[in-house]
Amino acid sequence: MAKHETPMLDQLESGPWPSFVSDLKQQAEKRAKNKEGIEFQIPTDVVEDLLGILELSFKHGRTHWKHGGIVGVFGYGGGVIGRYCDQPQAFPGVAHFHTMRIAQPGGKFYTTAFLRQLCDLWDLRGSGITNMHGSTGDVILLGTTTPQLEEIFFELTHKMNQDLGGSGSNLRTPADCIGQARCEYACYDTQDLCYDLTQEYQDELHRPAFPYKFKFKFDGCPNCCVASIARSDLSFIGTWKDDIKIDQEAVQAYIGGELKPNAGAHSSRDWGKFDIQKEVIGRCPTECMAMDGNTLKINNRECTRCMHCINVMPRALRIGDERGLSIFAGAKAPILDGAQMGTLVVPFIEAEAPYTKIKETVIEPLWDWWMEEGKNRERMGELMKRQGLQRVIEVLGVDPDPRMVQEPRSNPYIFWKEDEVEGGFERDINEFRKYHQR
Amino acid sequence: MPTVEFSGKSFSVDEDGFIDDYKNWSEEWVQYVKAQEGIDELNDEHKKVIEVLREYYEKNGIAPMVRVLSKVTGFKLKHIYELFPSGPGKGACKMAGLPKPTGCV
Repeated sequence: MAKHETPMLDQLESGPWPSFVSDLKQQAEKRAKNKEGIEFQIPTDVVEDLLGILELSFKHGRTHWKHGGIVGVFGYGGGVIGRYCDQPQAFPGVAHFHTMRIAQPGGKFYTTAFLRQLCDLWDLRGSGITNMHGSTGDVILLGTTTPQLEEIFFELTHKMNQDLGGSGSNLRTPADCIGQARCEYACYDTQDLCYDLTQEYQDELHRPAFPYKFKFKFDGCPNCCVASIARSDLSFIGTWKDDIKIDQEAVQAYIGGELKPNAGAHSSRDWGKFDIQKEVIGRCPTECMAMDGNTLKINNRECTRCMHCINVMPRALRIGDERGLSIFAGAKAPILDGAQMGTLVVPFIEAEAPYTKIKETVIEPLWDWWMEEGKNRERMGELMKRQGLQRVIEVLGVDPDPRMVQEPRSNPYIFWKEDEVEGGFERDINEFRKYHQR
Repeated sequence: MPTVEFSGKSFSVDEDGFIDDYKNWSEEWVQYVKAQEGIDELNDEHKKVIEVLREYYEKNGIAPMVRVLSKVTGFKLKHIYELFPSGPGKGACKMAGLPKPTGCV
């Protein structure tokens, strides 16, 4: 018999999708029975109380967590999200319900041995509830008490060689697409760059020193499987400089129907026979493709590497060999001054370990600028808006590039530097009056 | 709100051990907080950080940004963590009697 009645939540156990309510109930029951004889370090009925307070929120249409919460581990300024419920008498199991962010491996590849060890730790010292994974990428351990934080941190670092993720006004946990591990489009080793920068900037990740949060994300190609262009202040997106590689025989196999377009992604519906003219050539945004008899031609100088043709015919078209990445800056959610996606600030840069050029000519100059000029709780994208793209260009020490804008400005409010203007800005009105009467 | 008794004084605190009102701060509060925050002995540098935080808060009504705290005290962030293991927010601000940091922490 459950501790609290949950009529509304019970309805969410029907339907085909995996039910989080069923899973929570299963976990509640597992803790209640405790067949393994675990000495639970937080209340045994934590999951029941979580269901109870959630049911209450369903009833009231309001949250029942108090405002904020500042807890953590010594040495770090972030990594733990403190949370207390506002009905501690009715739901003592979730009086403390802190979330711990744990750094995840690149591409989120795991062994069961690692996950078992993590679960054993969390079953003992936490609620046994997780979020796999938080939107930023971390493994999220949902619900424990303040005294357990240092205990969990000790075991994570000493026994599992594992660290916390980031929270607060700092570098948050970087995340990547699976990259070269299982994708033929990957233009650089996303996992290696992500891991390298995570290790390089551990201080910036654990000890908030920034005006506000800052995120890195790494996409192997413009398909953006980790959505870096929308979800990271600095977005690294793979691309290439030379020609798309064409296998003409495979092109014919697509035309002849032996190979399925988009690797069969649309096979659930009959879209007719593959028509290369209609589905590839006619859809190219720059119209730089054509069939010359039986040969597919691409005018690579006009190609913007949008990935469409490669996505449709992955067996026939491949990314080029001169690979690297583009860097976009400033993406953020709406608060405060409106949503932004990344703005192209570095059109092409090599992505070879140890990535010195990326660190020293892009990341660190941008941080130095933002840390000095950024206002309290101002995302880098907002500073870019406030001080202008030309400031970013100065900070990076590069020449302005037409690729950094979608179109030139349409208003004529153009600032000039004094040294660009003949005679400077110091003028005498009396000189002017000699030629122009009042 | 729970109350704590220390050296003959009583303080109202929240779950995270932050004082309810900046005005109720006293020397005893600092002594009381130091043990929870992993500090053995208070030195002049600790006191300087606390003084700077309190002065800034009194003047501006908010806690300073980390960078401002570093500049005014002359202590690098690394050194602030050596002084206050929980960092400038949870450690130093709590000890200085400032309100709990808020936002997406």
